[in-house]
Amino acid sequence: MASSQIIILAIIATSLATFISRFMGALTSEKVSVKSKVFQWFNCVAYSTLAALLGRMIIFPAGVLDESTLIIRVLVLVICILVFIYSKKNLVIPTILSAILLSFFNTI
Amino acid sequence: MINPKTFFQGLKSLKGSRSPAIPLGACFIALGALLKDAGFNLQQSAASSLFTYALPGQLVMAESLLLGASIVNIFIAVWLVNFRLYPMTVSLFPLLEHKSQPKWKYYLSCHFLAVSSWLIAKDSYKKIDKKHRIDFWIGIGAGTWSTAIIMTVVGYLSADYLNKDMLIGLAIVNPVYFFCMMIGAMKNLGISIAVIGGTILGPLIYLVSSEWSLLFAGLIAGTTAFLLGGKNGK
Repeated sequence: MASSQIIILAIIATSLATFISRFMGALTSEKVSVKSKVFQWFNCVAYSTLAALLGRMIIFPAGVLDESTLIIRVLVLVICILVFIYSKKNLVIPTILSAILLSFFNTI
Repeated sequence: MINPKTFFQGLKSLKGSRSPAIPLGACFIALGALLKDAGFNLQQSAASSLFTYALPGQLVMAESLLLGASIVNIFIAVWLVNFRLYPMTVSLFPLLEHKSQPKWKYYLSCHFLAVSSWLIAKDSYKKIDKKHRIDFWIGIGAGTWSTAIIMTVVGYLSADYLNKDMLIGLAIVNPVYFFCMMIGAMKNLGISIAVIGGTILGPLIYLVSSEWSLLFAGLIAGTTAFLLGGKNGK
């Protein structure tokens, strides 16, 4: 188990590493016009990076999610997306359902 | 200063059928329990969400600590997984820009940038008067950020009462919510290619390089989407 000092250093390192990207983004934004091609490119890259992260979270998860099987995770995701589409894009129902479904499938 | 009416309009996005409060709460409860497992105390867990406020990076940090990684390695691994915040900020902040607004608002409120707040802001900025959009953003951010911190504390305190299956159930909520929000955002060809391409390439490139997968998948799928979707109007 890590010592308290290491944990504090890790929190500082993690926070700095995260804030750099946000702050650089705020600085770059000052020079980017909404109507420019560069803005559209950044928009596409932002969506695809996010999608890449989510794809990875489902296929190769970190943390406790790793202890469920891949088929179950994909099944839960597909069911919840269908519920989302058919519930006129309600987000509360599919998200609550996902936790119940995964806990349930994981116990059987 | 901050326009209270628009600020509260942003804060209110925590309510209703599109609320991010439940998924945010679920994943930060799971994180709080994980941090306790990794040897953090209550103050350290709360500080992590207060100062970092980016779940994938915090997960990387906790797992790296458990594996005994060095601080430099943690820094690099977190930077790579959270680099997505850079294009996300650049694709949002120009929409919130207004000459009459002071720069400090933008420099400080960029800390609120996370997937949930970004998706909500992208979804609803058009309804807000240009002059006060940054205050709307600060409202969204204040709500999502404080939810994350409070729920980390709740997760830490309730860790002993949560069994493994419950924690696994909580951990899926976040990716499910984000996937639904992104499918809702696929309104034109460019974004659709970006989302589908990223979802496929992310795990695929992960097989080759775990650390660089997000950056490469984002750049390749995003640029392809830009080139193919650009001719389609937007």
